[in-house]
Amino acid sequence: MEQKVKEIIQHYHGDKSYLVPILQDVQKEFNYLPKDALCAVSTQLSVPISRVYEVVTFYKAFSLKPKGRYQLSLCMGTACHVRGAELIAGNIESILGIKEGETTEDLEFSFETVGCLGACALGPVLVVNGEYHGHMNIAKSTKILKKLGKKGATDDDQD
Amino acid sequence: MVNLTIDNKKIEAEAGQTILEVSRENGIVIPTLCSNEALEPSGACRMCLVEVKHGKRTRIVTSCLYQVAEGLIVDTKSERVLAARRLVLQLLLARCPESKQLREMAEELGIQPEPRFTPDQDKSKCILCRMCVRTCEKVVGVCAIGFSYRGSEKNVCTPFQEDSVSCIGCGACAYVCPSGHIEMETTETGDSRKIWGRTFKMKSCKVCGRYFAPEDQLKFISTTTGVPVDDLAVCISCR
Amino acid sequence: MTTKIKSFDELKSIQERLKAGRDPKKPCITICVGTGCLAYGTQKLVDNFRAELAKRNLTEKIGFRTTGCHGFCERGPMVVIAPDKIFYQRVGLEDAAEIIDKTLLKGEIIERLLYVDPATGQKVTREDDVPFYKKQTRLVFGLNSKVDPESLDDYLAIGGYTALGKALTGMKPEAIIQEVIKANLRGRGGGGFPAGWKWDSTRKAQGDPKYVICNADEGDPGAYMDRSLLEGNPHLVLEGMIIGAFAIGSSQGYIYARNEYPLAIKNITLAIEQARQAGLLGENILGTGFNFDVKINRGGGAFVCGESSALFASLEGRAGEPRAKYIHATDKGLYDKPTNLNNVETWANVPFIIDRGADWYASIGTAGSKGTKIFSLVGKINNTGLVEVPMGTKLREIVFDIGGGIPGGKKFKAIQTGGPSGGCIPEQYLDMGVDFDELTKIGSMMGSGGMIVMDEDNCMVDVARYFTNFLVSESCGKCVPCREGVRRMRDILADITEGKGQEGDVELLEKMAAAIIDGSLCALGNSAPNPVLSTIRYFRDEYEAHIKHKRCPAGVCKALILYSIDPEKCTGCTLCSKVCPTGAAAGERKKAHAIDKALCTKCGACRESCKFDAIIVR
Repeated sequence: MEQKVKEIIQHYHGDKSYLVPILQDVQKEFNYLPKDALCAVSTQLSVPISRVYEVVTFYKAFSLKPKGRYQLSLCMGTACHVRGAELIAGNIESILGIKEGETTEDLEFSFETVGCLGACALGPVLVVNGEYHGHMNIAKSTKILKKLGKKGATDDDQD
Repeated sequence: MVNLTIDNKKIEAEAGQTILEVSRENGIVIPTLCSNEALEPSGACRMCLVEVKHGKRTRIVTSCLYQVAEGLIVDTKSERVLAARRLVLQLLLARCPESKQLREMAEELGIQPEPRFTPDQDKSKCILCRMCVRTCEKVVGVCAIGFSYRGSEKNVCTPFQEDSVSCIGCGACAYVCPSGHIEMETTETGDSRKIWGRTFKMKSCKVCGRYFAPEDQLKFISTTTGVPVDDLAVCISCR
Repeated sequence: MTTKIKSFDELKSIQERLKAGRDPKKPCITICVGTGCLAYGTQKLVDNFRAELAKRNLTEKIGFRTTGCHGFCERGPMVVIAPDKIFYQRVGLEDAAEIIDKTLLKGEIIERLLYVDPATGQKVTREDDVPFYKKQTRLVFGLNSKVDPESLDDYLAIGGYTALGKALTGMKPEAIIQEVIKANLRGRGGGGFPAGWKWDSTRKAQGDPKYVICNADEGDPGAYMDRSLLEGNPHLVLEGMIIGAFAIGSSQGYIYARNEYPLAIKNITLAIEQARQAGLLGENILGTGFNFDVKINRGGGAFVCGESSALFASLEGRAGEPRAKYIHATDKGLYDKPTNLNNVETWANVPFIIDRGADWYASIGTAGSKGTKIFSLVGKINNTGLVEVPMGTKLREIVFDIGGGIPGGKKFKAIQTGGPSGGCIPEQYLDMGVDFDELTKIGSMMGSGGMIVMDEDNCMVDVARYFTNFLVSESCGKCVPCREGVRRMRDILADITEGKGQEGDVELLEKMAAAIIDGSLCALGNSAPNPVLSTIRYFRDEYEAHIKHKRCPAGVCKALILYSIDPEKCTGCTLCSKVCPTGAAAGERKKAHAIDKALCTKCGACRESCKFDAIIVR
C-alpha cells in the first residue's frame, strides 16, 4: 500500500498542492481511502494527518468506507429534480434498505446522489458503474436493481 | 494615522489596525466569539459585524478583519448589525442550548432564543469558533485536532475521531474554548489529565514535587527546542 | 504538429496550408461525442461508422469527424453530413451502414432520421433550418461542431490562435486590457464583474509571480456549458488564457476542473500537450520571448469552490473554505499572490474580442451586457440543450422559440436562473430581455447560465426547499449565518412542505434571509436565501396554501397529497397493482381499481405506470 501511495505521489512530484488529486488517485486505486493509505500520504507529503483527514471529509468525492460492487449514482441536479428524481431515490433506498451515501452490508450496492452530471436531456439519470441510464423512472429503477441483484447472486465473474 | 468615526466618536487610529482593535482601544464594546489576541482573526463567528460607510457605499463587514481607513464611518449598533448579530446568537443558542457562556452573552445583549428553532439534542457546546484548532496549529505547533466534514456536519475532532497520537495534552485548546465544549479532566492528585479521550501522565517538578505539565508536552518542547527533557522538569515557580 | 512554430507568420502559413488542404465540398460525417451524446451510447455508433467506412474503402473519400457538444442534447445521437449539412437526429446505433449507403453514396435522405418541427409538422433536412439552431447566435459555442477537440490542426484550420499571434506580436499588454475593457466583457461565472478591470488590477498589483486561473469547477446543477466548451473546443479556452496571461504579466496558469468531468479533463490535457509541442504554450511562445504554462488541478466535489478564495484553498491542497475578501484576489489570491480568475466561458470569449475587435464585440448585446451568453436550457422543456443567444434576448424566445415550449401541453410556471443561489422568474417576466442587470433587478441572477424550466406540476415551496437543501449540504460550515441559518431555513421549509408550517413562518424566513445575506462570510451564504426570497416574492400564495390550508396545489409534497383512482378513467388493466410495492393499489381485472390510503406510501409508481391518466393526486 505504501509503495502504491509513493508512486502516486511521485507522479505529482511530491507537490502538496496536489493533495486533492493525489487522494482521488489513491481512492481510485483502493476503491476507497483506507486509513493506512491516508497515513502514508500524510507522512510522505509532510502534511499533518489532521489536515489530510479534514480534506478527505470536506470533499464529497472521498469515501472512508469501501464502496459496493455496484455503484449507483442518481443525479439530483435541478433538471432531474423537477422531473421527479426524488421519488426514484426513495424507491432505490427502500429496495436496497440503505440511505443515500451508504453501502449495503454485503458490499454489493452503494447508492449516492450527485449534484449534476450535465446530461440533463436524459434526466432523470441513474449511473451504474459509469454506465448512464437515462429517462429514469420508478419502474425502470426497480428493474435495473432486480437485474443487478440476480447477476450479483449468480454470476460473480462478470462486471 | 487615519481619522475615522466609530459610533459618532471621532477617532485617530494607526493605518493597518482593524476596526475591532481600534474600537476596543477606545472603549467601544463589540461582542466577539472567535477573537483572541494570540491568533490571527478568522471572521467565522460573525458577532463582530459592523456597518461601515466609505464614500457612498454602505456595507456590513467583520470588524475583526476590516482595516480602518481615512474618512470611514462605522456604526457598531445599526439596525442591520443588531439584526444579524441577534440571528447569529439565536442560531448558536439553538445549536448549543447547554452552553452557559452563550446564555450569559444573550442575556447581556438582551437577545431571546427564537422559539421556532428546535434546540439541537446532541449536547454539543461547540460553536465552531475555530480557536482551538488555530491555537493547536499556530501557537502550540502540533496540529493534533482539526475540522472534519462540512456545513452543519462540521465538527472539531482528532483524526479518524480516534485518540490522537500527536496530541501532547497541553490543554491550550480547552483554555481558549469560549463555550465550554472542550473538557479537560485532571485527577485529584494531579498525576494525570484526560483530554480528547486520551490520558496523559503528568510530570512532577524536580524541586517542589508538584505535577505541572504532561510528560508528552515536555518531550515535545525538548524535541522542538533541543533542551534536554531533564532540564525542563522544573516548574515555573521553582525555575 | 511536432515542431515548434517560431513566429506569427509561420503560424499564418500553417493555417493557410491546413485550410487549403481541406476541400469544403468533400463529404464529411460529423458526430457529436460530447458527454451528453456519449450517455446515449454514441461511441458504438462512432465505431460502427468507422468500421462501415473501412469495409467500403471509403476512409479517404469521406471525411469523418467526432466533435464536442452541438448543444441539441435532446435529440442525440446526432449526425451532420457536409457539405449540405444534412441533419440526422436520434440516430440508431446501428444506422451507420444505411446512412453511408443511402445518403453519402446515393444522395438519398433518410426521412425517419430527420427532425420534425413540432410547430409545423414539417421535416427539416438541413441543420441550419432546425428552429433550435436557427434562432441562436452561435458565436463561441458554434465552433464546437467545426473541430475535433483532439485535433490542433482542426483548430488551426479555422484560424485558431490568430488572436494569440495578433496579441503577442502586435499589441502591448495595456492595449489588450483596454480592448477587453472596451468590449465590456463581463465574467460568465456568476457575478458578472468586468473582466478587463480585473485584468487591469492584477497587472498593476505588486507581487510576483502572478497567476491566471480558469475556473472549470462548474458547480451549478443544471449548467454544463463550461464542460461542453472545455471538452469540445479546449484550444479556444487555452488561447483565451494565454492572451490573458500575456496582458496580465503572468507566466503560470491553472485550470481547476471538476473531477466529474473526465472527458473535459482528458481533452484539455491533450490540448495543453499539443500547444506546448507547437510552441503555443511554454517557453518563448511563437518566438516572442513570452513564457506561460498551464497546470490542471481537479476539484474534490464542493460547490463552495466556485467562490474564488475557496478555490484557491483547494488549489493549495486544503479544504475549500473561503475567507473574507476585503483584500481582493487580484492583490492577494493563490498563495497570497496577485491572481486573476475567470471561468471557462469568459476565457473562450477573449480570442473573439482580440481577433475581431472590441467595437464589433460590443455591438452584440445590451447596454450593460455585451456579447452572447450560453444558457443550458433544461427541466420541463421540449428541447433540452445548450443555447447561445445575444445578451438581451427575451426569455420567451429562449423558452418557446428555441426551447420548443413545455412538454405535454403543460402550463409554464417559472424559470429558475442563476444556479442554487439564483431565483425563480414567473410568467409575467417572460418578455424581459436576459442580461446581468435585468436578472438582478427581478431578484434572480445570471450565475453561470443555467435555466431550469418548471411547469404547473412543480411546487415552488418544494423547489425552494430543494435549493436550500442543496446549499445546506454545500455550505463549508465556516461562518454561523450560512452554516446554522440556512439549515434552519431548510427545516422551516421542510415543515411547510410536510404540513407542519406555522403562521408567521414566511415572515420569519424573510427576516432570517435578510440577516443571513448581511451576515455571511462569502457569496454562497450571501445569496443562499435567494431561492426562498424569490419564490416568496412571486409565489406567496403557494406558501399560504401549504401553511394555512395544508394543501400542495401542484400535488408534489407527499404529506399533503393523497393518491386515488378515478373510476371513470380506470380500465382495470391491473398495471398499477403490479407496480405498487405495498399492495395499496388493488382491484379486479377489468374493474375500476382503488388505492388503500392506509397502505399507500405515495411512492408515485402507480401514477407513472398508468396509461389512462386515472391516478389522481391531490
